[in-house]
Amino acid sequence: MSAALLFVQLLNGLQYGVLLFLLAAGLTLVFGIMSFVNLAHGSLYMVGAYAAALTYGAAGSFLLAVLAAMGAALVVGLLLEVAIVSRLYRRDHLDHVLATFGLVMFFNELVRLVWGPQPLFVQVPEVLAGTVQLFGFNYPSYRFAVIAVGLLVAVGSYWLIHKTRVGMLIRAGAQNPQLVGALGVNIGLLNAMLFGVGAMLAGLAGAMAGPLLSVQSGMGEPVLITTLVVIVIGGIGSVNGALYAALIVGVVDTLGRVLLPLLMRQVAERSVADAAGPALASMLVYLLMAGVLALRPQGLFPARRG
Amino acid sequence: MASLRTEGLVKRYGALLVTDHVSLDIRVGELHAVIGPNGAGKTTLINQLSGELPADEGRIVFGGQDISGLPVHQRARAGLLRSYQITSIFEEFTVVENATLAAMAAKRHAWRFWTPMRDDPVARDAAEAAVSAAGLTSHSDTLAGELAYGQRRQLELAMALAAQPKFLLLDEPMAGMSVQESAAVTDLLRGLKGRYTILLVEHDMDAVFALADRISVLVYGSVMFTGTPDEIREHPEVRAVYLGDETV
Amino acid sequence: MSSRLASSAILPVLLLAGFAAVPFAATALDQPFWISFFARILIYAIAASALNLALGYGGLVSFGHALFMGLGSYAVALPAFHGIANGWVHLGLCIVACGLVALAVGAISLRTSGMAFIMITLAFAQMGYFALVSLKQYGGDDGLPVAATSRFGGFDLGSTLPLYATALVVLALVTWWMAKLRVAPFGMALRGARQNARRINAIGLEARRLQLVAFVISGAICGVSGMLLANLNAFASPSSLAWTVSGELIVMVVLGGIGTVAGPIVGALVFLGLEEVLKGWTEHWMVIFGPLIVLMALVGRRGIVGLIDLWPKAARPATPVPVSEGGV
Repeated sequence: MSAALLFVQLLNGLQYGVLLFLLAAGLTLVFGIMSFVNLAHGSLYMVGAYAAALTYGAAGSFLLAVLAAMGAALVVGLLLEVAIVSRLYRRDHLDHVLATFGLVMFFNELVRLVWGPQPLFVQVPEVLAGTVQLFGFNYPSYRFAVIAVGLLVAVGSYWLIHKTRVGMLIRAGAQNPQLVGALGVNIGLLNAMLFGVGAMLAGLAGAMAGPLLSVQSGMGEPVLITTLVVIVIGGIGSVNGALYAALIVGVVDTLGRVLLPLLMRQVAERSVADAAGPALASMLVYLLMAGVLALRPQGLFPARRG
Repeated sequence: MASLRTEGLVKRYGALLVTDHVSLDIRVGELHAVIGPNGAGKTTLINQLSGELPADEGRIVFGGQDISGLPVHQRARAGLLRSYQITSIFEEFTVVENATLAAMAAKRHAWRFWTPMRDDPVARDAAEAAVSAAGLTSHSDTLAGELAYGQRRQLELAMALAAQPKFLLLDEPMAGMSVQESAAVTDLLRGLKGRYTILLVEHDMDAVFALADRISVLVYGSVMFTGTPDEIREHPEVRAVYLGDETV
Repeated sequence: MSSRLASSAILPVLLLAGFAAVPFAATALDQPFWISFFARILIYAIAASALNLALGYGGLVSFGHALFMGLGSYAVALPAFHGIANGWVHLGLCIVACGLVALAVGAISLRTSGMAFIMITLAFAQMGYFALVSLKQYGGDDGLPVAATSRFGGFDLGSTLPLYATALVVLALVTWWMAKLRVAPFGMALRGARQNARRINAIGLEARRLQLVAFVISGAICGVSGMLLANLNAFASPSSLAWTVSGELIVMVVLGGIGTVAGPIVGALVFLGLEEVLKGWTEHWMVIFGPLIVLMALVGRRGIVGLIDLWPKAARPATPVPVSEGGV
C-alpha cells in the first residue's frame, strides 16, 4: 500500500463524502423540519443526472448541463411538493413511505420507458480531463473539482444557515417546527422553498456524479440509502452533522473497500480473506451506523432540540 | 397499600431549579394532596415519582424500597400507578378492554399468545371491578375514543385502579370538568380513601379540602408547608401565596 | 380496528377455500401455470401476514422485511449447495437465523423511533443484500440455484403441488394464529403499545420489549415464506432482498387492510393479480402502478378490508390506525 495510493483513496473518500453531503443536506432538513420521510430524493438525483447527461450530449457545455440539472430537479421537486408532499405533512410516516415509494417506482420505470434500461455515458468535460498536483501526487482534476464544489456548497450553506434571516428560520424550524408556524411565518412557503433547495442540491449531485457513476434507472436508491445512513449517523435535522457524517462515511467506505481486503489477507488465509474482505467492506458503513445507534441514538452531531 | 417518601428531590432545567429539594412523606393509607400555583412544578414532580423524568438528585423510597433508578414500567409493576392530567388511554379499545389490559399487566399475564384476553377470568374480574369503581359500568363496551370528556377522565382513573395499585398518583383527575362532574369524582375518590395510598395533585380546592388528610403546598419547586386542611387554611403565608383570591 | 368484518373469520376462510380450489380448477382447465402463480401469491401472503404483525399490530414501519425473505431463501440454498436436502434442517436454520437476525436488528433499531426506525431497517436490509452479493462462491450477484430442494421424508417441496399444499397449510395456520393473537394478551398489549406506548409503560408493561418480541416472531415467519419461495423457484437470489421488495410488502399490507386478519391475504392477491394484469398490457406497468400507490397513500389507509367494512354503513366511524414505528 503506497502513500500515493492511500492519498488518492483518501481524496476519493472525500469526493464521495461531498456527493453524499449534497444529498444529505437537503434531506436532513426535510426530515428534521417537516418530519417528512422522502424516499424520492434519489429520484431527484436521477432527474439531475439525466438532465445533465442529455444537455451535455446536446449542447456540449458541462456548465449548462449542471444548470439544467439543477433547474430540472428544482422544477420536478417543487411540482412534487405542491401536488403530493404538502398534502402529507400532517399524516404519519407510513403514508410518507408509501407515497414516495410509489413515486420512486414511477420515476424509475418512466426513465426506463423513455430512455431504455441502458446506462447513459457521460464524458468528463475536457477542461477537467487532466490531473492536478497535490502534495507531489497527481489527482484527477474532475474529482478535485467535485470536492471543491462540494466544499463551496458546504461553506455557502453554513453562511445561509448561520448568517441570514432565512437561515435563522431554518434553525428555529429544526429545533421547534410548531413554534415557527405559530409565530406567523408562512410555513407553506418555507417548506416548499426548503424542499426545492434540497431538490436542487440533489440535482447538482446527480450532474456531477454523471461522469463518475453510471446514469441509469434506479441509480438513486443505493446512494439514497447511504445518505439515510449519513443522516442517522449525523443526527436528523442537523446540516453540520450531515457534513461531518458524510465525510466520515465517504472516507470510511472508500478506504474500507481498499484496506479491508488487504487487511484480511494478513490475518486469514487467502480463500477466506477473498470472500470475507469485500463482504465486510460493503457492510462497513452499516456496522458504523449500528455502532453509533447503539451508543448515541440521537446521532453524533444532533441539532439541539429546544 | 404502600408509603412513598422522597428525600431531597432535585430537578434542574439548565439554571432553573424546577424541583427544589423536595422531601415528601406520604403515609400508608393517607390521601395526600399537593397544591400550588401554576408553574410550581407539580407535574414535573409527579413525572419524577412515576419515573418518566429522572431526578438530578435525591431519593424516592416506595414501600421501603429505593426505586430512584427504576424505569416507569418497573415502578408500575411494584404497585405505583398513575393517572394522567391529559387523558392517555387506548382509543381503539373498549372501556373494559382498556381496564382488562391494565389488570392483565398487573397480573403478569401479558405474555400469552393464544387464548383471548377477555377469557382471562382473573384479569376480567379486576377490570370490571375497576370500571365499576370508576362509575363506567354502563359504558363497558363503548370504544374509548367515543367517550365524552368526563367519561374519559373516569376511564383514566379506572385504568390506574385495575392495575392493582398499592399507591395512586393522580395528576389533576378533575381537569376540565364541570361542577357536577367534579362532585361525582370527589365522591368516587372518597370511596377509594383507606383502600389505597393516594397522592393527589389538584387545582379544585373544594375537592382537595374535602378529601385530603394532609396537604403540601408547592411554590417555585419547593414544599412551602405541609399540614392538615385546617392548618393550611389558617397558615398566613399559604393564604398570601396561593389562596389569596380563593374563597375556601 | 375493532370492526365486525375486519376481525371475523368469514373472509379469511373464504379466501383460503378459494386458494384450496385453485389446483383442481387449474388441472381441470389445463392451466398448470396457475398453480405456481397462486403459490407465489400464497408465499407473499405469508410474508405480508408476518409484516402485518410488526406493522399492523405493532405499528413498526419496517422497511427491511425483505431481509428475512432473503435469509429464508438462502437457508435452503446454502445447505443445498453443500448437499443437505433435509427439509427439517432447512426449516430449523431458517427460523433460527431469521430469529437471531431479527433480534439483533430489532434490538438496535428499536433504540430509535419514527423516521429513524424506518431508515435503519432499510439500511440493515441493504447490508444483508451487499453481504450476500459479495459471497462470490455462493453465486453473488447472479444468485444461487437450489441444488436440492427441501425434503421432509418422501415429501419434496421442489414439486409444485406439494409446495402449494404446504404454502396453503402454512398460510392457514399463520392466519389462524394471527386472528387469535390479535385478541390474546400479547396481541392486545402490542396493539396498545402502538396506540399509546407511554400508557403501556405506565401500567407496568415494557413497550419496547413487546415490540421486539413481535419483530422477532415477524422475522421468523417471514423467513419461512422465503424458504418456500426458494423451493418454488429452485433459486435464491440477492435481488429478493432488494429494498423494492420490502416496499412491496408494505404496500400489500396497507392495500389489503393494515392490522386486519384477512388484509395481508387480500393485499398479496390484489397486488400480484394487478401486476399480472398490467404486465399483460405493457412491460412498463410500474408507470401505472406507481401512481396508484401514491393515490392510495393520499386517499387514506383503510385498505380493501376496511372499505368492505364500510359497505353496510352500520360499522362505527373508523379511527385511523396510528403508527408508533418503534421505540417509545
